[in-house]
Amino acid sequence: MEFLESVTITPFVMIAQDFPVFFGEVVFNGLLTGVLYSLVALGFVLIFKASGVFNFAQGAMVLFAALTLVGLMELGLPVWLAFIVTMAAMVALAYLVELLVLRHLINQPDIILFMSTIGLTFFLEGFGETLWGSNVKKLDIGIPDVPVDVAGMLFNSFDLIAAIACALLVTGLAFFFQYTPTGRALRAVADDHQAALSVGIPLKKIWIIVWSVAGIVALVAGIVWGAKSGVQFSLSLIALKALPVLILGGFTSVPGAIVGGLIIGVGEKIAEVYWGPAVGGAIENWFAYVLALAFLFVRPQGLFGERIIERV
Amino acid sequence: MNLKKLGLVLTAAAVGLPAVPVTAMAAGEVFIPLLVYRTGPYAPNGIPTANGIHDYIKLLNARDGGINGVKIVSEECETKYNTKLGVECYEKLKKKGAAGAAIINPYSTGITYQLIPKASVDKVPVHSMGYGRTAAGDGRVFKWAFTAPTSYWSQATAFIKYVGEQEGGLDKLKGKKITLIYHNSAYGKEPIPTLKVLSEKHGYNLNLLAVDHPGQEQKSTWLQVRRQKPDYIFMWGWGVMNQVAIKEAAAIKYPMDRFIGVWWSGSESDVRPAGEAAKGYKAATFHGVGSGYDVHQQILKTIYNGDVEAAKKNNWGEVLYNRGLVNMVYNTEAIRTAMGKYGNKPMTGEQVRWGMENLNLTQDKLTKLGFKDFMQAHRITCEDHEGGGPVIFQQWDGKQWKLVSKWYTPMYDIVRGLVEAEAAKYAKENNITPRDCSKEG
Repeated sequence: MEFLESVTITPFVMIAQDFPVFFGEVVFNGLLTGVLYSLVALGFVLIFKASGVFNFAQGAMVLFAALTLVGLMELGLPVWLAFIVTMAAMVALAYLVELLVLRHLINQPDIILFMSTIGLTFFLEGFGETLWGSNVKKLDIGIPDVPVDVAGMLFNSFDLIAAIACALLVTGLAFFFQYTPTGRALRAVADDHQAALSVGIPLKKIWIIVWSVAGIVALVAGIVWGAKSGVQFSLSLIALKALPVLILGGFTSVPGAIVGGLIIGVGEKIAEVYWGPAVGGAIENWFAYVLALAFLFVRPQGLFGERIIERV
Repeated sequence: MNLKKLGLVLTAAAVGLPAVPVTAMAAGEVFIPLLVYRTGPYAPNGIPTANGIHDYIKLLNARDGGINGVKIVSEECETKYNTKLGVECYEKLKKKGAAGAAIINPYSTGITYQLIPKASVDKVPVHSMGYGRTAAGDGRVFKWAFTAPTSYWSQATAFIKYVGEQEGGLDKLKGKKITLIYHNSAYGKEPIPTLKVLSEKHGYNLNLLAVDHPGQEQKSTWLQVRRQKPDYIFMWGWGVMNQVAIKEAAAIKYPMDRFIGVWWSGSESDVRPAGEAAKGYKAATFHGVGSGYDVHQQILKTIYNGDVEAAKKNNWGEVLYNRGLVNMVYNTEAIRTAMGKYGNKPMTGEQVRWGMENLNLTQDKLTKLGFKDFMQAHRITCEDHEGGGPVIFQQWDGKQWKLVSKWYTPMYDIVRGLVEAEAAKYAKENNITPRDCSKEG
């Protein structure tokens, strides 16, 4: 009975007591975190849209990009130059992935492509650590990291700036893929490799573009998360936070990744703060999946995913 | 070579590149297997510890010709802090060397739990120094496991003693709010029973906040801290959880000198990523900090030819490097103790277990080894495989750790009662008849 009360009544009483200031802080912090989740999820969406493949290596790409950036900075390069060189490295990586992996797997079943990204994950993690070491590296790109009081609500200036930067990047990418010829070509490739090739879409070029963009998104995600925790191996695990976002938003939708990230961010924060104490806490990780799965009951293709109808 | 083959070769090279230090083995040498994690999410903690262990073995071999003239050899096996890999490493290394593994240091609570039942069959002592199963402190039940010099439960009582003193006495803790932020794992939950017992005794309110692995995102946890407004925060964290927690504490303007971490949350890699924000943060430890002790100078001179930069590259003087040194003092002095009974030759696990159980690290002995003021005198017995060693607190000043307290003896009367009760439960579940230590030789 006591437990029932703690999950059905107490959380709402707490929300009423906390409203509007502290509850607002919970919601806004959830939104800020959600934007960061969206950024990680976006890397998955881009590659899935272009190749129909779930890129298991996205987390490893985040780690590799951040390690390269901070490694170059430690070698004495200024931030801006290290950023440019790392972007170039991610484009080179995209080229190599196409040259050494994808090119040889055209028209293979999706599961083969998926397995190849698992191999890529281990390669990038091992190669990154071998190249730059395994120690935690401090990443300071000059963004102020101080508490900011807004109408009684406490935020972190870094979180605010990072969320704005991520929101701009995500919006720009959404526009790029929705309204440019490359974006349209990309969607065609996602639908059918052979059909896209038959109408003259350069499949290899599209793959290099999309893996490059995913690499740059990984770099931004690596900067944001790496500045929060230091650049270290755990960055590759950040991909796990994107999975419920993808389930919720759909694997093929850029807006889905954005809205999904925000819903997951806010949902898990409210759940942890108000329902967590009733069950011993640490519910936000699995609650995100519960929330995503609940949406699947209503929309199996995700909030913005494409509904696939196959006629036989 | 076509491109596919080139890809395969590159992949294999990347996977196989991490070096595995192996000392050449020969008959007549004592063998210490090393379960290490130089890769994976916890590598920043594993690397300095392993480097400290290696440097002490090198020092003993170079300075003293080993232990009583018997050279020490070691072999690393990479666990990635993964329990399954750890057990595989143990199986691979337990029979190596002239007399098999002398002792094993699992360096993971999960691996320790798996090895305790195996070690009693293989007759290899398990030393989980400051981690693992706290109940293993009862040597009557856990004949082959050792937790010396101190355990999580002892540390929890030292925390309370320390904050009690900060408040002007343990009686002043009544009504205070203490929050424990813990890694949501067996390790993180270790101090909870002890802190609950003490909260009933001293009247403080204990709030528990769990953080799921890996702990990269902790906003909700710290929002709850904002609401609870605790007087003190204890953290039982590990890996990336520590770095994020310290940054989040600073982000909500929590006073850092009231934020105290377990000894696995108090290394350089935990505070450096937070930069200035970590200034004032405290953590427990059971040994000195820095490189200003005799043993460090001996290592610098003997192994690095006085090259400070080269030594620093190997984490010389860092918290976890120092812990590796302490670990090896226990292991090698147990071997020396065993040699006192069995002769100067490679020791078997069974003989080293006796050595551990009869280990008496006096201050005089520690001074001779170069550990004066670095660690406290300590004794292990058949009944007591922990020994309730003292705990000291260190604080990050923005550049380095500094000791900021006296040594605190744990409330061992409380801890020992809990240890014995838990050990008795384990004995019952596993049909173990506790030993009568008065009959042990």
